[in-house]
Amino acid sequence: MTVELAGLTLANPLLVASGCGGTGRELVPCLGEQGLAALGGFVTRSITLDARAGGPAPRVVETPSGLLHATGLPNPGIDLFLATELPWLARQDTRVVVSVAGRTIGEYAELARRLGRSPGLAAIEVNVDALETGSGEPFQAASVVAAVKRDLPRGLPVLVKIRPDLVRVVETVRVVLEAGADAVVVGTAQPAALPDGRPAGLSGPAVRPLALRCVTEVCAAFPAAQVVGGGGIATAADARSFLAAGAVAVQVGAALLHDPTTAARLAADLTQELV
Amino acid sequence: MTVATGERAGAVHVSGELLDTKRIGAFRHLTVVAPGVPERFRPGNFVAISLGDSSFLARRSYWVHRVRPVGGYGAAIQLVVDPNGVGGAWLAGLPAGSRIKVTGPLGRPFALPKEPVSCLLVGEGYSAAPLFPLAERLRERGCAVTMVVAGADEAHLLSSLEARRSVRAVTVVTADGSVGQKGRVAGVIEEALARSQAEVVYAAGPHDTLHAVAAAAEAHGAWSQTAVEVPQPCATGLCHGCPVPVVGEDGVARVARACSDGPVLRGDRVRWGDLG
Ligand SMILES: Cc1cc2nc3c(=O)[nH]c(=O)nc-3n(C[C@H](O)[C@H](O)[C@H](O)COP(=O)(O)OP(=O)(O)OC[C@H]3O[C@@H](n4cnc5c(N)ncnc54)[C@H](O)[C@@H]3O)c2cc1C
Ligand SMILES: Cc1cc2nc3c(=O)[nH]c(=O)nc-3n(C[C@H](O)[C@H](O)[C@H](O)COP(=O)(O)O)c2cc1C
Ligand code: FES
Repeated sequence: MTVELAGLTLANPLLVASGCGGTGRELVPCLGEQGLAALGGFVTRSITLDARAGGPAPRVVETPSGLLHATGLPNPGIDLFLATELPWLARQDTRVVVSVAGRTIGEYAELARRLGRSPGLAAIEVNVDALETGSGEPFQAASVVAAVKRDLPRGLPVLVKIRPDLVRVVETVRVVLEAGADAVVVGTAQPAALPDGRPAGLSGPAVRPLALRCVTEVCAAFPAAQVVGGGGIATAADARSFLAAGAVAVQVGAALLHDPTTAARLAADLTQELV
Repeated sequence: MTVATGERAGAVHVSGELLDTKRIGAFRHLTVVAPGVPERFRPGNFVAISLGDSSFLARRSYWVHRVRPVGGYGAAIQLVVDPNGVGGAWLAGLPAGSRIKVTGPLGRPFALPKEPVSCLLVGEGYSAAPLFPLAERLRERGCAVTMVVAGADEAHLLSSLEARRSVRAVTVVTADGSVGQKGRVAGVIEEALARSQAEVVYAAGPHDTLHAVAAAAEAHGAWSQTAVEVPQPCATGLCHGCPVPVVGEDGVARVARACSDGPVLRGDRVRWGDLG
């Protein structure tokens, strides 16, 4: 059975979260015969205009029931991504969602222009956290969404990934929906720090109850909105609690790093559930 | 002389059974039945293990030390575990019969020379583990194999007794001189290279050892294959959390993923100074 998300039909409600599925190829041996087609969708790691080598080690550090990460968004840049990664992903019979990250609103707009001309992607996911200034501000998120929407062809849905920050999440969702977001993803990693003080994201089961609270509030405030839930999902029961809160689909990230077969198991389980 | 790129084999994800565990010196040697792993294994591959307590999310990587037939089970893998640290202590404390979540074989293995040339294998501490199956493979190909086995002391040295069957000569080095020559790899590598006339050098150990071996190999005009160990949070290429600074074939500085582009990398391609 399938689910509808922002006008897309997904084979099941399970998406691989940005930055947790490598280039997609690394995940294939963990997905069984179907490969990426076993998934409802695959979100790429965040792609930037220019190539990024990524930050210094350590990039991913264990913390109780969580992973702290400060990867510095390593990626080949949009041009090389379009030439070497997207064509392969497009052949995998899954919904390919390209996550984009920019330093400025102009960079997001430019990324949208390049992606809008490229075949093979099902949607764009906007990672507003990468903005150099005011990344946590609702109005900045809305400006990014408006810029991206303006430069995209009609019919290519825009998902906006939002921090599960209880104080601002409802307000942020309101303004990004007004700016034209087709769906919201709640949420990203929690803002945290590595032991050496560098800013990092916190992911994994430690953040699940916080993310679930945010998803619940957002779904209650905007019953008609298309919400994708995520944060610390590791089991089918976890996924179901997000779906029960009103999410249309879920994203799984850190759990794949701990056990790369999680995606296949959850996808199979959730597919059964829906039949 | 050409050295091919190590081919990667597909990994399997299995619940392995700990068949046997025994202490040898400072390390624990674990024999694990992990169906699918032995068949696919090449020297230089590793396995990733999940800790029993799932609140520890990062995976732990271990070299496959040996593949050995076990009655009724087909084949099993052997791991050498340093019991320091959370994961190591947990693994070392498991009783026989325990189940362990294993993914493997992972990573790019050692590349083998196409011709039967002289090879020098240099390993330090538990990291020498992957060199033993490599020595056998090289000998099967008709290579003359010489080995340097090093450790902090006798307890942290992998036994070279068995290796003596596949290799021509073994030099043992310990930092405290408790057995073999007193010193470190960096102090004996020049002489070992000169004596063996090796065309390929394989090394596994801490970064400073690998750096010294790679530099000495380059000075002698030999190829080097270094097995790099950096923390590998997922070990399966998914997270980009295992950066190794390298120089690409085009001479451009890049950052490789240790777990999937490595862990075996050409020694002259690693930017050792930036590895930290
Ligand atoms: C390819 C490869 C092969 C390895 N083979 C072996 C082996 O055969 N025997 C063995 O005893 N050890 C081996 N190691 C090292 C071993 O994986 C780490 O020391 C282990 O992860 C430590 O886990 P811990 O919980 O015992 O230690 P802790 O110190 O408690 O680990 C804490 C965290 O730091 C990470 N970490 C810290 N230092 C390292 C390091 N040098 N390498 C990798 N991760 C690190 C761990 O993954 C973990 O997330 C190997 C490492 C790699 C990368
Ligand atoms: C190693 C790692 C890398 C990540 N990289 C990105 C990224 O490039 N872009 C992004 O929007 N989110 C990124 N995330 C966040 C995840 O996509 C996800 O939103 C978050 O981790 C919460 O879900 P989880 O607990 O299931 O991982 C990353 C997370 C991890 C653990
Ligand atoms: S450890 Fe995750 S990509 Fe290498």
